Amino acid sequence: MTSLPQNRTSKKLGLVIDLDVCVGCHACVISCKEWNTGGYGSALSDQNAYGADVSGTFLNRIHSFEVVPEGGQIIGEAGDARIVHFPKSCLHCEDAPCVTVCPTGASYKRSEDGIVLVDEDKCIGCGLCAWSCAYGAREMDLAAGVMKKCTLCVDRVYNETLEQEDRVPSCVRTCPVNARHFGDLGDPLSEVSLMVAERGGFDLMPEQNTRPTNKYLPPRPRTALSSVAPMIPLAENTDGARGFFSWLDKTLDKL
Amino acid sequence: MHPAFSMIIFTTLSGLGYGLAIVLGLGLFDPALVATKLAYIASLAFIGTGLLASLFHLGNPQRAWRALSQWRSSWLSREGVMAIATFVPLTLSAALAFFANRQDVALGLIAVLGSLTTVYCTSMIYGSLRTVDSWHTRLTPVCFISFSLAGGFLLASAFSTLLVLKLLSILLLLMALIVKMRWRNRSATLMPLSTPESATGLGFIGKVRLFERPHSLDNYLTREMGFRIARKHAAKLWIISLMSGIALPVVALLTAMALGPGIPAQLIMVIAVASHILGVLVERWLFFAEAKHAVMNYY
Amino acid sequence: MNSKPRLALSEPVGDTIAKTTCYMCACRCGIDVHLKDGKVRYIEGNRDHPINKGVLCAKGSAGIMQHYSPARLRAPLLRTGPRGAGEFKEISWDEALSLAVDWLKPIRETEPQKLAFFTGRDQSQALTSFWAQNFGTPNYAAHGGFCSVNMAAAGIYTIGGAFWEFGAPDWDKTKLFVLFGVAEDHDSNPIKIGISKLKKRGARFVSVNPVRTGYSAIADNWIGIRPGTDGLLVLSIIHELFRTGRIDLDYLTRYTNAPWLVIDNQGHEDHGLFLRDDLGKALVRDRKTGAVVRFDEPGHFADLNADFVTADGLKVRSVLRLMAEKYLDPKYAPEAVAAETGVSAATISGLAAEIARVAFEEEIIVEQPWIDMKGEQHNVMIGRPVSFHAMRGISAHSNGFQSARALHVLQTIIGSIDCPGGYRYKPPYPKPATAHPRPHGRSEHVTPGKPLAGPHLGYPLGPEDLLVDAEGKPQRIDKAFSWEAPLSAHGMMHMVIANAHAGDPYPIDVLFLYMANMAWNSSMNTRGTIKMLEERDKATGEYKIPKIIYSDAYSSEMVAYADLVLPDTTYLERHDCISLLDRPISEPGAVCDAIRWPVIKPDRDVRGFQSVLIDLGARLKLPGFVDEQGSALYKDYADYIVNHQRKPGIGPLSGWRGEQADSEGRGAPNKDQVQNYIDNGAFWIKHIPQEALYFKHHNAAYQQFAIDMGFFDTPQPVTIQLYVETLQKFRLSAEGLRKPVAPARYKQRLLECFDPLPDWYRPFEEQGVDTAEFPYHAITQRPMAMYHSWGSQNAWLRQIHTKNPLYVPGAICDELELKEGDWVWVISHHGRIKCEIARTDAVNGKTMWTWNAIGKRGGAWALEPNAPEATKGFLLNHLIHELLPPKSDGMRWSNSDPITGQAAWYDLRVRIEKAEVGEGFSEPHFEAVKRPGSQKQPKGEVRYGQEWAK
Repeated sequence: MTSLPQNRTSKKLGLVIDLDVCVGCHACVISCKEWNTGGYGSALSDQNAYGADVSGTFLNRIHSFEVVPEGGQIIGEAGDARIVHFPKSCLHCEDAPCVTVCPTGASYKRSEDGIVLVDEDKCIGCGLCAWSCAYGAREMDLAAGVMKKCTLCVDRVYNETLEQEDRVPSCVRTCPVNARHFGDLGDPLSEVSLMVAERGGFDLMPEQNTRPTNKYLPPRPRTALSSVAPMIPLAENTDGARGFFSWLDKTLDKL
Repeated sequence: MHPAFSMIIFTTLSGLGYGLAIVLGLGLFDPALVATKLAYIASLAFIGTGLLASLFHLGNPQRAWRALSQWRSSWLSREGVMAIATFVPLTLSAALAFFANRQDVALGLIAVLGSLTTVYCTSMIYGSLRTVDSWHTRLTPVCFISFSLAGGFLLASAFSTLLVLKLLSILLLLMALIVKMRWRNRSATLMPLSTPESATGLGFIGKVRLFERPHSLDNYLTREMGFRIARKHAAKLWIISLMSGIALPVVALLTAMALGPGIPAQLIMVIAVASHILGVLVERWLFFAEAKHAVMNYY
Repeated sequence: MNSKPRLALSEPVGDTIAKTTCYMCACRCGIDVHLKDGKVRYIEGNRDHPINKGVLCAKGSAGIMQHYSPARLRAPLLRTGPRGAGEFKEISWDEALSLAVDWLKPIRETEPQKLAFFTGRDQSQALTSFWAQNFGTPNYAAHGGFCSVNMAAAGIYTIGGAFWEFGAPDWDKTKLFVLFGVAEDHDSNPIKIGISKLKKRGARFVSVNPVRTGYSAIADNWIGIRPGTDGLLVLSIIHELFRTGRIDLDYLTRYTNAPWLVIDNQGHEDHGLFLRDDLGKALVRDRKTGAVVRFDEPGHFADLNADFVTADGLKVRSVLRLMAEKYLDPKYAPEAVAAETGVSAATISGLAAEIARVAFEEEIIVEQPWIDMKGEQHNVMIGRPVSFHAMRGISAHSNGFQSARALHVLQTIIGSIDCPGGYRYKPPYPKPATAHPRPHGRSEHVTPGKPLAGPHLGYPLGPEDLLVDAEGKPQRIDKAFSWEAPLSAHGMMHMVIANAHAGDPYPIDVLFLYMANMAWNSSMNTRGTIKMLEERDKATGEYKIPKIIYSDAYSSEMVAYADLVLPDTTYLERHDCISLLDRPISEPGAVCDAIRWPVIKPDRDVRGFQSVLIDLGARLKLPGFVDEQGSALYKDYADYIVNHQRKPGIGPLSGWRGEQADSEGRGAPNKDQVQNYIDNGAFWIKHIPQEALYFKHHNAAYQQFAIDMGFFDTPQPVTIQLYVETLQKFRLSAEGLRKPVAPARYKQRLLECFDPLPDWYRPFEEQGVDTAEFPYHAITQRPMAMYHSWGSQNAWLRQIHTKNPLYVPGAICDELELKEGDWVWVISHHGRIKCEIARTDAVNGKTMWTWNAIGKRGGAWALEPNAPEATKGFLLNHLIHELLPPKSDGMRWSNSDPITGQAAWYDLRVRIEKAEVGEGFSEPHFEAVKRPGSQKQPKGEVRYGQEWAK
């Protein structure tokens, strides 16, 4: 089981996250928490919930980075620091090391859609899968002693009690800026695949050889306001308001 | 990486126990001697304590048996399987020594092979992780096996007056030192495989720096993977581990050899072993504490 | 060994779905609350809802933790220890209400002004103001005075609308969107949805904000302006547009007062006022005939360039001519304002050019005929697709009113008010200042035992509408509508405690507050405010503010200072109505209102505040709450929502009116109305007819729609007031040319700040302190995942922001040798605080900032005393005084906008110095308060939903 599935279908369910529009509102973070704390597996617990050292299990978190452009395509912005909000959850890698390191077979990748899951009944809570993941996608629940991770809302995406349009992960359903897209990245003609192709979607840490399914869309290029063509002043406007008034008269006469 | 006490105890003691098991398996001891029987007990005790300690690392230790199932892909599973498998020749050898004062060569060699493989599997749990640059090298299993052998021979020297054991101990300790120094040198100079720029894919814009963590305080990941140790502090601990784990045992071995068999030499050997264990514990603590995990590129 | 994993893929989410309205912030999104085993399983956005269209923010999703917060109050509380200690005993509702009546009844019968009733995050102002009016006290307002009254008042006086609840960008059509500072925890989902649409279309999004987080992070262009100079930037853009003639003359002629004639008669009482006819109608000159005609007379072509002497010998000029003379002054040129604003001249002129280019070269034509208010038929709707949005970033400055006015003038001169692609009004707006009431509260309005003569709040049209006595002394406890803040349309809640403590203008007996954390983050000078609440009269031993009644659902910092606490319910346990009579939730294309209803029963002895207020009203026998026999008119708030009529046919809710539930807007009460709302997802929406969708201020079809819906009884078109005559009237009073004459000490201020055409002046704190001594600005930003101080009691949200660092620009860090994690003293003219810093370069170089209201008092909000919110978190409030530094004459003005009284939170000037870490506590650090009543210490570990683990 822990070996990666040999005869997989081409289906690769995953997320495409648009860094050009994420405003870092944490909507996806909390929606994920509330969906999953009463859903798949044990609850996502919080320790010292109202005390000094509060911390809890989250399957999706938003980091914020400050990036200082060094010129290039970001014309006119070199040296002008910018903030990029960066949501991160399990990338459902094709070569998922978290699956192969698991000693019990609790960690597995579904052959039918590529979703990486933890069978909590089998998890001994050794933590090795979290060590093997470069992306920080797995968090041990301290109350349950089992590893928790993004399930891609497997209990939503196939849930026949939900309306068709709601059969997407909770984070996608709630994202107010539509920065999160769900679909089959194994199908080159799916909406998400086309989006990735068009916008130059990329992998996180390709050097880790994990071949993530989830893709990130880069911030779009921007052009500076100072490069907008300047306006031509009124020809008559040689003397402040007086020039304006004569222009005004002429223009009104034309109206 | 967070230097978990259970992991440090586990790798140190089981390494030592398997090292001793290797010496015993090689048939260098007279199975009729009481000291040999004691050595068997020591070996099994170190291995057993180590493995027991590892269970404390688990969130659900009652399901630990499940860890034996995935030996096809998981080094941790292989380690479990090998540890249990090695118990068979080891306990049989011990039983032979205890009840028949005899050593079976084949059984002994199987135990040697099993022990070496188990230590190798343990080391590969770490060595196979691409996410920790300093661990992800062939040198990691070499280090583990070197320390296991050096510790095993040193420990064996405490149970025996054989000069060759002491000479081999010195040799193996120095070998372990050289290997570990190469390992440390590599980690100190390596270029990290991943960077904040590759982790975020934002390197095409410019230099990436964390502005704000996802949550203000620590979480499981930062506690587990984000352990940081000051360079000065680490250097000090490295010296301690070197002195205590290698230098002092070597001096003790030389002194014991000079003194010749007797109670003082025996006492010195006990001190040497204790010092070595302390040194390896510190070495293992540093092994974890100094290791940087790729996920910290996000923090 | 390897059994197949258990995987339940098709489990129903819960047992039932209850659709109601969120209250995790002021957005008022529709939510689907999934209930399972009588508990909340999951909350998601309602896809049909006009506000959020299915999405939901972090706060909304964290509603579960808010609803089950350990900080919930459990029963009415009577204070037993000294104020501030948090010692209470729980009492019954009967005891609590009887006590309240014992306190309030005598006041009402003798001196009703001795009750000051102020509400904070109130979403039921239609009820609370009605109650206060019937009680008879002049001292009522909500929290707008310390929130965004500058924006609201400037908008109403100028365009008869403003941003957020009054109007929004045309997200579907706009091609250039310029966003100034907004509170990112308010109106957040609509803005996020809107920005997302722009991004998808590739429209340009420009953010003007000293800080580059949140929305600014994804803006195509970020203008890191110096705080308090937004108005100057806008005036510079206006200068550029005038200089290049890029203004929409047709629009100005038709829909604005640009052609209105202003009298030039220096030294006389009509100077600067409009030339009007006998009926008071403003006059313009017909460019075709030269005749002077009423501005709303059909068939003329008003001359924007008028400058002549009337038959009566009065010299008059068009507003546009005055504007040109003013704004073409080189002092507004980009080069001239670059240093002051911190924005390069090239960026300013680039922004101006882009605005002009998009407005005039990317014009939108919507093929939709419509008829304007002069009866003229238009074949198409012409759109200038440039839109703007702003809130507190502009308004929380002492020059905020004028800056907000400048922004509306900019929108107007490019013709982008309520056109396709521009800014769009949300019904019931537009509504001109003249269609709003005047404020009431002068002594002739107040009669013991009787209701106040009219509504408390309104829009004065001149000094004659002020609430002052013959000597010019304020009549309200907050001094709203006095010479200090003549157009304080939302009252001045932030001045109430200081004034009541000082007995200025008079002492009060009962302070009655709802949902306003005045002992903490909602006050300037927090420590001083706490002292005022605690201080006793030396002679009598009684507290200076003798009685405080407070209603809140949670143990906020304010609870500890109340004498009587009326515990409110959570938002899932109550009835509410989001009414068109209050703060509406309409969309530009539709009129909407909504309700909340109890989807879960309270498990504590608590009651919805509105029901309690109605009960109190009946016990006090207030008109409007009892019938002629003195029996209660309404059982509870739900009953009031359905049956109360403001005037015949008009009630709190506009949907399903009439006995048959078949009318909208107007109609008799319908006993099933609440159920009708529940059945429709808790909201009502009525789409505006196609021909009425734009130019609502002058659109005959829209005006008829507004009458049908009951917004007005007669058409209320808005002629956009580029020039606000009301302001000029105050200047005439200042000069002694108009009655009532302004007291002498206000003269200079009125002349300087009440320019009838928007102007910029330096924020008062900056004027009053040595800027070399306090070289930097310190401001707050609203984290999107928190709502004011509310988020910290929420186990999930508090993990996102458990503490707040002070973000300091890299250059300042380098200069002062500060590293990330160092501690600093932040020092203002008023005081100092100690806090931890973090470095950032994505900020205006003169500005440091922190997240708003993360700092908490230990013990409040059910947090443990050593929670990071209390030990590391901090407030800037301690640095901000409610008064400005003394002037040379010793007079201390309030730290507010001189026109509206808006609290000038963002005027703060500071310096910083490195501090020793010490105990590692932020300072000031307050002693923890006790848990009130039977509130229990919360469990350390929360495993919400574990019982449903599959």
